[in-house]
Amino acid sequence: MTDMLAIAAAWKAQGEDVAIATVVETWGSSPRPTGSQLVVTKSGKLEGSVSGGCIEGAVAEAAIASIDSGFPRVLDFGISNEQAWEVGLACGGKVKVFVEPLT
Amino acid sequence: MKSAALSALQAARAAKRPVVFATRLSDGHQILLPDAAASDALNAAAHRALSRDENATKEIEGEAWFLHAYSPPVRLVIVGAVHIAQSLVPMSAPLGLDLIVVDPRRSFATEDRFPNVTLMDDWPDEAMDKIAPDSRTAVITLTHDPKLDDPALDRALRSDAFYIGSLGSRKTHAARLARLAALGHDEAALARIKGPVGLDIGAVSAPEIALSILAEFVAYRRRIGQTP
Repeated sequence: MTDMLAIAAAWKAQGEDVAIATVVETWGSSPRPTGSQLVVTKSGKLEGSVSGGCIEGAVAEAAIASIDSGFPRVLDFGISNEQAWEVGLACGGKVKVFVEPLT
Repeated sequence: MKSAALSALQAARAAKRPVVFATRLSDGHQILLPDAAASDALNAAAHRALSRDENATKEIEGEAWFLHAYSPPVRLVIVGAVHIAQSLVPMSAPLGLDLIVVDPRRSFATEDRFPNVTLMDDWPDEAMDKIAPDSRTAVITLTHDPKLDDPALDRALRSDAFYIGSLGSRKTHAARLARLAALGHDEAALARIKGPVGLDIGAVSAPEIALSILAEFVAYRRRIGQTP
C-alpha cells in the first residue's frame, strides 16, 4: 500500500511545492473511502486518488491553488452541486475533499 | 499541513503507535491525538475512531473535525514457508499488512524465498507466544503437518486473533479439530477456525488458493469482524 504522506514528505524534501487532498466525508456510492489522499506538486507531479478519476483534475487544481494562497479549503462534489455536473461525478455519490498546502 | 506535524505523524506510525491526525476543517488547524493538551471530547473521539479503525468528519464542541485514524498495520501470521506461502506473501503485500512467516525448517524459511517479510524459525507455539496475536492479527496455517499446525492453532485459539484459517481437506480438518478438542478447545472455539481455509472459488493452483484465502481474510476484516 503506497503511503501518500511519505511521498508528500519526499517531494517536499526535494524542494517541491506540495499540496495534499484528503477525502473527509462521503455519501452514497463514492468510489474512494474517507481518508483517501492525492498528493500534487506545483510542478505537476501527482500521486494517489480521491475518486474514480472523475474529480481528480478539479481537486488537483484547487490543491495547487492552496499552495499559492497558503490556505486550506474544503471542496464539495456531488449531484446536488452544479459544479459536479461539469466535472461529472457519474457514480451519483457525494464527496467532501480537504485540500491543504504542505508548509 | 505543517512539515513538523507530518514528521510527528510519520514517527508515530513508524513506531506502530496508534494515533489520530485531527484537522479542524474551518481553518485547517491540526493536532495529533491522543494529546493531554487537547480537550477530553477530542481525545474521546480519537479513541473511538481508533477502536473502529474509522476515518470520519465529526462535530466536536461546535466544530467539524476530520479524524484520520492511523492504526498499526493488521498482522498476518503465516505458519509454513511452503509453496502456497510463496504466493500468499507477495499477494498480501499491497493490502498493507505486516507479514510474519513462521517455519522452524530453515531450508524453507529463507530470505531468498521470502524477501521483505519477518521470518521466524522458532517452533510455532514459541513463535506465537512471541507474536502475542491480538484483535488485529490473523493466523493462517499452511503446513498440513500436525506437529507444526496444531501448536500454532492452539495458541491462536487462546488469543483474540480475528481470523484463523487452516489449509487442508475436509477430512484433514475434521481430524485436526478432534486433536484440538483433545487439547481442551470447545466447539465454539473450534468454530473460529476457517477450514478448509479460503472462499470456495474452485481454486486449484497455489496463486488461486492464495487469492481465495485473501478474499476470505478481507471479508472477515471488513464485514464480519468489526474490530480490526
